[in-house]
Amino acid sequence: MTDSVWILGIHMTNFGKHRDKDTLDLGAEAALGALADAGVGMRDIGVMASGNLIGNPGSGQLLQKQIGQTGIPVFNVSNACATGATALRVAIMAIKAGETDMGLAVGVEKLSGAGLLTGSSAKQPGDTWEREGRFGAVADLDGRVGTETMPGVFAQIGMEYGHRYGGADFELFASIAEKNHAHSTLNPKAAYQKRFTLEQIMNDVMIAYPNTRSMCSANCDGAAAAVVVSEAKLRTLAPEQQRRAVKVSASVLTSDPWQEACQVLPDINTLTRQAAQKAYELAGIGPEDLDLVELHDCFATAELVHYDNLGLCEPGNAVDFFKSGATWRDGRLPVNVSGGLESKGHPVSATGIANIWEIATHLRGEAGDRQIEGARVGLAHVIGLGSACGVHILERAA
Amino acid sequence: MTLVDYLSLDDAGEPRLVAHECTGCGARYFDRRNACAACFGQEFRPAEIAREGVLRTFTIVHFAAEGVAVPFVAGVVDYDGTPVRANVVNVPADPEHVTLGMKLRLTTVPVGTDKDGVDAVGYGFEPLDREDGR
Repeated sequence: MTDSVWILGIHMTNFGKHRDKDTLDLGAEAALGALADAGVGMRDIGVMASGNLIGNPGSGQLLQKQIGQTGIPVFNVSNACATGATALRVAIMAIKAGETDMGLAVGVEKLSGAGLLTGSSAKQPGDTWEREGRFGAVADLDGRVGTETMPGVFAQIGMEYGHRYGGADFELFASIAEKNHAHSTLNPKAAYQKRFTLEQIMNDVMIAYPNTRSMCSANCDGAAAAVVVSEAKLRTLAPEQQRRAVKVSASVLTSDPWQEACQVLPDINTLTRQAAQKAYELAGIGPEDLDLVELHDCFATAELVHYDNLGLCEPGNAVDFFKSGATWRDGRLPVNVSGGLESKGHPVSATGIANIWEIATHLRGEAGDRQIEGARVGLAHVIGLGSACGVHILERAA
Repeated sequence: MTLVDYLSLDDAGEPRLVAHECTGCGARYFDRRNACAACFGQEFRPAEIAREGVLRTFTIVHFAAEGVAVPFVAGVVDYDGTPVRANVVNVPADPEHVTLGMKLRLTTVPVGTDKDGVDAVGYGFEPLDREDGR
């Protein structure tokens, strides 16, 4: 297939607190790292896509001033927690469309100390009641009509799975966090690299039952960037570049199809299922062919439902699948060997490229102590509420 | 005054939830819509939601935005196939008292009084079998 797109270079900064670096420093570190890893320079890049939610608008152009202004088109993208995957997808699409043969995608976020992501703080009732917005509300609805906090929303998503299939209780969700924290101890780039016992996790500060603090993704700073290249161009490059290149066998982005239930509680399931199904079709493989998966464990309650959504287990069987030990790093299908968002951290716009970096690093055999031996095929998944779901399937160069 | 425009009180003060129902496909929405997200139709009619339902999912929120009282129970109740979002009220906010699948009914919750002395009333779900037998 000559129209495949490949990852030529990719880089992820350490995730954590970067007090001495701003958004541009982190974005530049990731972008320059990806270019160096690819063995190319900004003159080779024909398109750039950039994601950053918290910083100044026009992050791509601001970043160019730090890494090289060459006049190429810049797409500044925004898709909640799927922003990084969206940036990558845009660069891939430009190559698929034949507009250029090499592109750069960057995602960066400074989130240390951001605290609970709730939207806005609650507005208290005013002097006189006045209806506002599409619900004709006289006061803020967060806390009065359910919750808008992310830990609470995702807690309900996990509990709903438990309601439907049974077996998903507090201890099970905490066990998922136990796995991811254990995995993180082998990842020097993770924001937190500490193992917790199940008891410590369950007795941690309760945020939104059943999610305790150590079952929630960690706000932190970080960036990731990737250089993608057309297959035709790749074949003109050095043997070493070709050997380390990672094939993008599928790049899929979906949004919510209409569902009755998604009108009141975000439905992260249907669009993930559709994205996964399409990705498997495009890649010509099935979930049984995967050697590792990085999925969007923004909360421990979310990881469980995505086992099912991504087809890693039989429908309705996610609890038994997890209990079998399959998703531990020595299991049948390791999930989130990076430590996942719960310990690696979740600098929102960087996440959708950082999970690609993790997969690519294993496929290249460069993951050091946490290498999944012989990994040939991996899947990276992110979801941003609203919703946007990105699924990428990656394969090692033959 | 009700908290939201899809909540109304009947003559006896009992709460009713009225959705916008698409005349084309029957999809229901609590917020104002320009067109139906399911079938793209542009006509809606009012549809009253059943007052008793089953708790499909919940969380107990301990950390929330400033000004939101915690802990509280947030959930989604299935009313004859129509999911409704609200707080579960008149029950201790702990997993021993709130369980998936429990039966709930619609009730009112005070929101506050404005400077003209007008009370605003919100809604929540309460257990059908309240321990105090109310």
